[in-house]
Amino acid sequence: MNAPLLEAQDLSLSAGGRALVRGMSFRLNAGEVWCLLGPNGSGKSTFLHTAVGLRQAQGGALRLAGRALADWPAAAAARQRAFLPQAFHDAFSASVLESVMLGRHPYLSRWQWEGAEEREFARYALRSVDLAGFERRDVLTLSGGERQRVALAALFTQDAPLLLLDEPVSHLDLHHQVLVLEHLVMLARDHAKGVLFTVHDLDLAARFASHALLLTPRGTVLHGPAASVMTEAALQAAFGHRVTRVEAAGRTLFVPD
Amino acid sequence: MRRVLLIWLSLAGAALVAFALALASGSTHLPPLELLQALISPGDSVAGEIVTRLRLPRALAAFAVGGLLALAGALMQVLLRNPLADPYVLGLSGGAAVGALGAMLVGLGALAVNLSASAGALLAIALVFALARRDFARQQMFGALEASPRLLLTGVIMAAGWGALITLMLTLAPEARLRGMLFWLMGDLNGVESWAPALLALALALAVSYPMARGLNVLLRGEVMAHALGVRVVPLRRAVYLVASVATALAVTTAGAIGFVGLVVPHALRLALGNDQRMLLPASALAGGTLLLLADTAARSLLAPQQLPVGVITALVGVPAFMFLLTRKPVKQEAA
Repeated sequence: MNAPLLEAQDLSLSAGGRALVRGMSFRLNAGEVWCLLGPNGSGKSTFLHTAVGLRQAQGGALRLAGRALADWPAAAAARQRAFLPQAFHDAFSASVLESVMLGRHPYLSRWQWEGAEEREFARYALRSVDLAGFERRDVLTLSGGERQRVALAALFTQDAPLLLLDEPVSHLDLHHQVLVLEHLVMLARDHAKGVLFTVHDLDLAARFASHALLLTPRGTVLHGPAASVMTEAALQAAFGHRVTRVEAAGRTLFVPD
Repeated sequence: MRRVLLIWLSLAGAALVAFALALASGSTHLPPLELLQALISPGDSVAGEIVTRLRLPRALAAFAVGGLLALAGALMQVLLRNPLADPYVLGLSGGAAVGALGAMLVGLGALAVNLSASAGALLAIALVFALARRDFARQQMFGALEASPRLLLTGVIMAAGWGALITLMLTLAPEARLRGMLFWLMGDLNGVESWAPALLALALALAVSYPMARGLNVLLRGEVMAHALGVRVVPLRRAVYLVASVATALAVTTAGAIGFVGLVVPHALRLALGNDQRMLLPASALAGGTLLLLADTAARSLLAPQQLPVGVITALVGVPAFMFLLTRKPVKQEAA
């Protein structure tokens, strides 16, 4: 019952024949918001893809709610964890409402059609990403940031206990970055969700994450409460760039040299 | 859901009208009453003979082939996530054509040509499946390149290879056989007798693909999203490929490589009615069948007794109709 939503044990990852991550271990519990930090090519997306079951780990174990990842049937896994990929490629037009309702797919039986309940889920999710009134728009006509918010709404509609997000705010403007991250924090706090997201903005990470995973180019992984992981020395070593930690306006900021 | 039923019923109604038209028109014109009588009790009247022996089998074959092609086109477009995909995009018609033309080249009869075409189509299916097996396999599909573009590339290259073989055969063919070969390539329902396999295949293909339809909606958003939403991507893509290929193979061996229906019918329906595969797959089958049935009726009556290749009619009517839909402002529908 109290098994962590996601647990990594001595996990090692590689991509394209290159070892990326060695000995990654951590436990992500309900109510926690984790940021996954690291330089380009350090294995952030590779880890997320592994956690979703899109690729195999080189070694170690990953458990979803206490059960080995490989033992989860596809639909049950989709009810347990949701995933937001980094990019979207829409080849065909579809309405925003249809796109968001796809998040209910794992809950519907084979012959069932989306009904009033699914539409309500979708409308609620669209309001939470500030897209109320966009229901009938074609996804092909949306801006990059709007498209990303539609994907976030679909993810919220999926209503899984564990949310894995690959750069959820990369295309968003300032206001919507804060809005989305606040919503994620609210989901963790009030609805006992577990959140793990990658981000390049250290200030946003420090402000919204309770915990942090820091991947370094050498494959080592730091993990723990955000404040203890995100130190000047550790960030500098990971990113190969000097940063200065300052406190301003009641927030922790990282100023790069 | 009610909207979807309405769409299906309207399309089924259109199909019935097309059937009536096809049965009534020809060198012997039959007024509605006589037509009905000939259908209900053919007896040994001339009208009964014409309708049940000649026109009905051809009409059923046309409907089945059109339905198979449109359904296969809709499935291929989803499988490859490419709006330009049609039933032939993976080189299937090329394989069938090489089989059929090879049999014609050595002067075999109609049955042998059909068997040879089937063998060619099956060979083409197996070749693409074997060459692209990595793209149909587990865990290999989520690299930098998603599986769809690679599968498409494999198919397009195969099609180019088949095309070269076809040109070679046409070059070598004696003058007397050339006309028959060209007609086969353009697609032709003249003299088609076996409508039952195609119609049965259409019903089967629909029955198999309809339960997969919501999964296909998800698959259209990409393989990664589909996996994240609990769709078992690998078996689904294999199943879609097999259903679409076998449907195409049956259509092609029944009536040759009729173009256009498989590309345009699913698109026209998407533009007009939206892109929910649960609505679209049955609608494509109905509309594709109706379109080909009407086109074939026109092909055999416009310049009677001269018979036109039906593919010419489908394209001549289809191109302007499609351009109209494409340039019109799309009507967005809320999901039913």
